[in-house]
Amino acid sequence: MHGVINRSIQCFIQDTYGAASWGAVAARAELKVPGFEAMLTYDDALTDRVINAGTQVLGRTRETLLEDLGHYLVSHDTLTSLRRLLRFSGVNFSDFVNSLEELPDRGRLALPNLDMPELELTDHGQGQFTLHCTAPLQGVGFILVGLLRAMADDYGALVLLDHLGTEAGGEVISIQIADQSFNTARPFSLGLAGA
Amino acid sequence: MTQRPPTTAILKAAMDRLMPLHLLLDAKGRITGCGPTLAKLPGGGDLIGRSLFAAFDLRRPAGMATMSDLRAHQGEKLRLMLRGQALRGLAVSTGKGMMINLSFGIGVVDAVRANDLTDGDFAPTDLAIEMMYLVEAKAAAMNALRGLAQRLEGDKQQAQAQALTDTLTGLRNRRALSLALDELMRAQTSFALMHIDLDFFKSVNDTLGHAAGDHVLQVVAEVLQRETRGQDTVARVGGDEFVVVFSDMTERSRLEGIARRIIAELSKPMDFMGQACRISASIGITMSTHYEQPDADRMQTDADEALYASKRAGRGQAQFYKPDGDRRRA
Repeated sequence: MHGVINRSIQCFIQDTYGAASWGAVAARAELKVPGFEAMLTYDDALTDRVINAGTQVLGRTRETLLEDLGHYLVSHDTLTSLRRLLRFSGVNFSDFVNSLEELPDRGRLALPNLDMPELELTDHGQGQFTLHCTAPLQGVGFILVGLLRAMADDYGALVLLDHLGTEAGGEVISIQIADQSFNTARPFSLGLAGA
Repeated sequence: MTQRPPTTAILKAAMDRLMPLHLLLDAKGRITGCGPTLAKLPGGGDLIGRSLFAAFDLRRPAGMATMSDLRAHQGEKLRLMLRGQALRGLAVSTGKGMMINLSFGIGVVDAVRANDLTDGDFAPTDLAIEMMYLVEAKAAAMNALRGLAQRLEGDKQQAQAQALTDTLTGLRNRRALSLALDELMRAQTSFALMHIDLDFFKSVNDTLGHAAGDHVLQVVAEVLQRETRGQDTVARVGGDEFVVVFSDMTERSRLEGIARRIIAELSKPMDFMGQACRISASIGITMSTHYEQPDADRMQTDADEALYASKRAGRGQAQFYKPDGDRRRA
């Protein structure tokens, strides 16, 4: 698994529950290093071990932990780069949802060996979509629900999201865009970062 | 009865959306139309009515000054400048006039930043936004890599320092000593090698414990560092054995003086939690000038031999190695 994913989980636990909690999770997962490096690659099984340790140490279900992780990835200040990179996908939330199938390719443009879920979007009209996602990581759909929720806030859209369970080896999410411009979007300028 | 907009207005709206960086020229090269993104650039607001050749600097192909020149290069890649903004383009005929479609090319990232352009300033078919995304993604990845490289470099330096340091005393270790000797051999610098062995150290360890022993070794390290120069190598090479290499120093009298001071300092009682630790030191010295071809192992053996002569002669003293076997008391 790409280190950036493990590193994100570590940062999420550290920033949300404190450094001591991360230490307890790392010990429970029997990590041999104190933390992950974002640009190194780790054994796939390690990621699952950390998530399982996280649910045990923090007393959260896998579903809520992963959904909070997804929300954190976009909304937390230490990771503004990901929010910005995602905002390049669309001018508004509807545009963003319609470009979700491109997400794996966008991810790999940034980091060529990044593990990304396979995404398939179905448009049912009237702002109603279902997203089918397939990935080795069980519960990846919950990460996406959290991420989509945070992106909807970012775009100022009023959205109903629901994890509908698994179907055909993948997880299914329903997305209902109730109001595209419910709130003011957080500012985003194409050329802001590093200028 | 519905009123249709004139064909030119429909065409203009389509061109503005499809090619927001276009120019329309009449037969004389006067600008009659300009895309909305082009109009946002410095010098782009008042293009209508001006001559293309006055408003733009046409860089390549060289020598384009009239419409017939431009026609001659129809279909070729043009390079032009608008007030310092590099653009590239393609000119095609529209009958009497011409049309040029422009692009920022590789300069798109700077142009977007400088002019605060947005998604709506580019046609959805344009890859400008993807280019912006890629540049930002690359910067983030490079930042992460740079951070990793810096951490690894720090770890490496620390590991290297640790690999050459005796952790208890902070002196150089045997490996560092052998590197220092190699360097002196390579540079053919003359030097003296002093082998120091503590007397009565074992009894301090046995009677007062290992903590007292460790404390004594740390005091010895301080003394040795104080009595030597910065360019000398002071190493702990065994439990209570030390080697000092004095580079560029082969004066017997100076070495004798240093050895005497070291022995005098180490013979003073050392306090450890109210207990007095009493040790002394025996020293053997050799110099590279004794040898035609100095050899590190040979010199260490010889210094060791001189050291044991000091021990046999009653400890607490220093002796020089004598190539002919005749040792002199320092």
